[in-house]
Amino acid sequence: MNSDAVLARPRRGGPFLRGLRVVASYVRTHPLPFAVAVSSAAIYAAATVASAFVLGRVTDLVLAPAFSGHGTTRAAVLGALAVITVALVRAFGIVFRRFFAGLTASRMERTLREQVVDRYRELPLAYHRSRPAGELIAHTEADVLAATNVLHPIPYSTAVVLLVVFATVSLILTDPFLAVIGFFVLPLLAVLNRIYGGRVEPAMTRAQEQVGSVSAVAHESVDGALVVKTLGRERAEVERLAVEAGRLRDQRMAVGRIRSNFEPGFDALPVLGNVILLAVGSWRVSSGAITTGTLVQFLALFQLLSWPIRLLGFVLVDIPRAVVGRERLDLVLLAAPEPRPDRGGGEAAGAGPLGIAVSGVDFAYGENRVLHDLGFEVPAGQTVALVGPTGSGKSTLLELLVGLERPSAGQIRVGGVALADLDPAELRRAVTMVFQESFLFGATIRENVTLGDDVPDAEVWAAARLAQADGFIGELDGGLDAVIGERGVTLSGGQRQRIALARALVRRPRVLILDDATSAVDPHVEAAILDGLRRDVRCTLLVVAHRTSTIALADRIVVLDGGRVVASGTPAEVEHDPTFQAIVSAYELARA
Amino acid sequence: MSNHAVATDELHDDPTRAGAVVVLRRGLRESPELRAGLVWTLLFATLGAAGQLLVPILIQQIIDRGLSPHESIGGGRTFDTGFVYPACAAAALATVVVFLANRATLYRLVSASERAVYGLRLRVFSHIHSLSLADQNAERRGTYVARVTADIDSLSQFMEWGAIAWITTTVLMGATLLVMAFYSWALTLVALLMVAPLYLVLRRLQRGLLAAYDRVRTRVGEMMAEVSESLMGVAVVRAYGIEERIDRRLKAAISNRYTAQVFANRYTASIFPVGDFFGALAVAAVVLVGALYGPRWGLSEGRVVAFLFLVSLFLQPLAEISETFDQTQTAIAGWRKVQALLDVRAELVEPDPGVALPEGPLTVRFVEVDHRYRGGPLVLQGLEVEVPAGAHVAVVGETGSGKTTFAKLLCRLADPAAGRILVGGVDLRDVAPASRREAIRMIPQDGFLFNATVRENIRYGQVSASPGSRLPGGPGASDADVDAAMRALGLDRWVATLAHGLDTEAGERGENLSVGERQLVALARAQLGSPGLLILDEATSAVDPDTERRLGDAMRRLSEGRTTITIAHRLSSAEAADTVLVFDAGRIVQRGTHAELVRAGGVYGRLYRSWLGNTGG
Repeated sequence: MNSDAVLARPRRGGPFLRGLRVVASYVRTHPLPFAVAVSSAAIYAAATVASAFVLGRVTDLVLAPAFSGHGTTRAAVLGALAVITVALVRAFGIVFRRFFAGLTASRMERTLREQVVDRYRELPLAYHRSRPAGELIAHTEADVLAATNVLHPIPYSTAVVLLVVFATVSLILTDPFLAVIGFFVLPLLAVLNRIYGGRVEPAMTRAQEQVGSVSAVAHESVDGALVVKTLGRERAEVERLAVEAGRLRDQRMAVGRIRSNFEPGFDALPVLGNVILLAVGSWRVSSGAITTGTLVQFLALFQLLSWPIRLLGFVLVDIPRAVVGRERLDLVLLAAPEPRPDRGGGEAAGAGPLGIAVSGVDFAYGENRVLHDLGFEVPAGQTVALVGPTGSGKSTLLELLVGLERPSAGQIRVGGVALADLDPAELRRAVTMVFQESFLFGATIRENVTLGDDVPDAEVWAAARLAQADGFIGELDGGLDAVIGERGVTLSGGQRQRIALARALVRRPRVLILDDATSAVDPHVEAAILDGLRRDVRCTLLVVAHRTSTIALADRIVVLDGGRVVASGTPAEVEHDPTFQAIVSAYELARA
Repeated sequence: MSNHAVATDELHDDPTRAGAVVVLRRGLRESPELRAGLVWTLLFATLGAAGQLLVPILIQQIIDRGLSPHESIGGGRTFDTGFVYPACAAAALATVVVFLANRATLYRLVSASERAVYGLRLRVFSHIHSLSLADQNAERRGTYVARVTADIDSLSQFMEWGAIAWITTTVLMGATLLVMAFYSWALTLVALLMVAPLYLVLRRLQRGLLAAYDRVRTRVGEMMAEVSESLMGVAVVRAYGIEERIDRRLKAAISNRYTAQVFANRYTASIFPVGDFFGALAVAAVVLVGALYGPRWGLSEGRVVAFLFLVSLFLQPLAEISETFDQTQTAIAGWRKVQALLDVRAELVEPDPGVALPEGPLTVRFVEVDHRYRGGPLVLQGLEVEVPAGAHVAVVGETGSGKTTFAKLLCRLADPAAGRILVGGVDLRDVAPASRREAIRMIPQDGFLFNATVRENIRYGQVSASPGSRLPGGPGASDADVDAAMRALGLDRWVATLAHGLDTEAGERGENLSVGERQLVALARAQLGSPGLLILDEATSAVDPDTERRLGDAMRRLSEGRTTITIAHRLSSAEAADTVLVFDAGRIVQRGTHAELVRAGGVYGRLYRSWLGNTGG
């Protein structure tokens, strides 16, 4: 699709730089919560360094005197209070950092989701058609999360960086000698962690992809259970899954092997560092260079640092990842929206059925021309059957008639007014289409018929009666209030089509277009519906038909093939057209 | 594992279902992979926990024994080289040993979990295929897929991270507590007393958190439903001009989700620091009590300092565990669902070895057959049918008249609730499964194709497929066999129209082919076998004229010399049949040739008129 190429955003710089740019754009969008999160992170870092300092002072000023017989109650109480105060500040630092980091991310998620659905509304129908719905849904969920996830750890990594800076300063000020020894271990931890990330990430990605393969086999196998069962292929299917599941097990175990080689090391390394600190520190204490409390301060600070430093490596990985999510979103956000021409405020005159005139209409999806110089007329109030093989352009033509797409050349007039001059709202009121695939909302039957308009129940029932849907709706628990969908009632294809039909009828259209809209309805019910439509509804009826019963009802027939009208006229006039014959012979009209 | 972790989930589900402990116990019982060598793993885990205790113990030893305070000067200390260096060297050595023990623990746990998950997945999958398909709809199939995929994956996720955290932290907390009590039971009590309220606070927060995330999940689901509706129904939305209303609903759903997320965030933000703060309270209490009473209780300075480290070591894992509550809950819920599925008994029992069906066309007899789906109303009632070998029978009737159930019983996708079905003179329940599959072939309405080439899909019809195929099996049909089958059905010209002939990819569920073309593949599958009874379920939806002609032609060739039962939606199929059975509300109401039935009128007469399209005229 050409719209994919519209990536106006500059792509200079490596993934890391681009990631930072993405993050900066988020921060500009929601600066306040982000600022609070980062400030809280600084408070947390300072309080953490302070808490190690307090432990050291408590050892020197409270515990050592107490055990050499110089302890005072006042010192003990002050020591305890100092511990609690620093802990309280630290805890609030964490709470605010976490909450406001989450708030920034949630707000950004909301902003992006709104932008994406807004853009979906503006994009042409062809855009929607050219992509699987699953992909469009993924943009609003998975891609938004991927693009914003980085916001959660950023304040934390800020905190870690500050923590390391504060800790370094405090340690160097206290005892540079010990500081050097300690900082031999910490960078080692960070480096080891990067190596670990580099090894485990691809292995985990592979395993995650394998989860997809396992699930694909399971889906396919269960969906095709009828074939599997009637052919007795159950064991072969289990073997098929065993191959994929076995691969997944092996890949997960490979991840486990990497984890087991590194993770215990992350625990062991700080311990080893502490042991060395203790050995050297004791010598420093005995030489009077430092106090026992300073040694305790060092040990405590290292314990507090070892965990955050481990996580730092993972944050850096998140930054380029945000670029991937963001770029996928840009595919949507930067796609060209539908041009909105100034449509005239034209109105179709009078009341009652409207005629349709199509002349010289061309239409193409991208390079693919679907309709060629198409022309025909439907007199007001008549029933016209549109007949043609699959891919002849019937559905496209109907979409042009209701203004879902615009012809690239030619003109369509409804009630004598050119579609381009007709007020869109007026067009919707006058021309209604029922689609081949009846789409129902997960809402009550009433809402599905009225679509939120204020319509009295009597009219809803009247429309349902015309659509031959009143019978089964009456039998449902709740009648018009029965909810359709996952949590509610399950309807058959034919029932769904009849509700979709009632939805169109309740609007009293002046032109009604049925795109094979009763294909799943039992033949005699379909006949009753069409009978009722002709008898009780005053409208121009345009029907795409496959069944002989439907075709037989028409005043006129228009035969389409390869995007052109190959024949049109009364049934008697069209009867001998070869394309028409080829189509209907397959549906047994010849016998009628 | 605490029961309250799953409490919220229990609110809106079957109250009789198993509690977490029952689920766990049964899970362990059913997965021998998890139990194998568990004692050794736990032993290694204990050794690993000891590693974390090395530092506090070393601190205590060095302060108390390596550095003794000078009696005279306030700050100075003597330094016992003979003690400190060997002690440190021993600790360093122990760290290496502990590293090795931890490494073994982790790998053992991961590999045991993965083996168990693999075994469980295959067991569940093969159980699903053994269940009766007759009353399955798309929804139930969806839950089955979820059992083998999402539920088992959540279990594997839990076993690799959550469960390992549970095991190692429990061991670590236990070991820390032991060392603390050894140093001073009184200080241990003081510390525990300070931490005790944490249990209540965490429990409250945890409940709030679970409820809040439950709400987030609901809101996410609602939002996804709105988004998906607005996209799937985009044509309707635009054609009916309700864009603004849909937009309002979408924005509301996005906003509701945001609100729920921010609310839940309050809990995530506070759970971790709460543990941290209570740890500090315990440290403060240890400082206060240790300084005031320590000397009187005969404690040493080293012990009290070591205590400060031990307390945070004791509480550290709590935070880690609280992060896995959610994962644990999801995994237990998934495990419970998997176990419940394994409890669903397969209704069909295959005979072993069973009777083989005779060669050639088969007779079919239904004797007083009734059928109902799982406690539902009768869908077939008092069915009496007799079909001579080689006859062609058409079955007609409206949607829900029971004709599809009739077809399902014929290929034993279910057993009748009452009565007997005899094929080739043998009760279907006594027929050897392999023979049944070879001799009775059903061509379903929507021919399901696997995501492989057309050729591989046709080969799938040979009960044992060929090696190297993406659809595995034993040795089977050669390329020549497949080509011959296509020629025999007159489908070689259709194959020529495919982009890559028989090597054309069918796509997911066969989506690259039309419904009619998928039925052609199903016919070719049947031709590869040597069925004596064919059951054809005609597609209701429109098929393009070329395919329609090919289908009719191929079906005529395939059914030659074979008993054929067609669930007919086309007038021509009914006309061509030797006998037509007319179904209405689960009974056969009319039978005879097309001509006889047209004369008789009744249900068939009505169907016939609607086929002809006369009713409207």
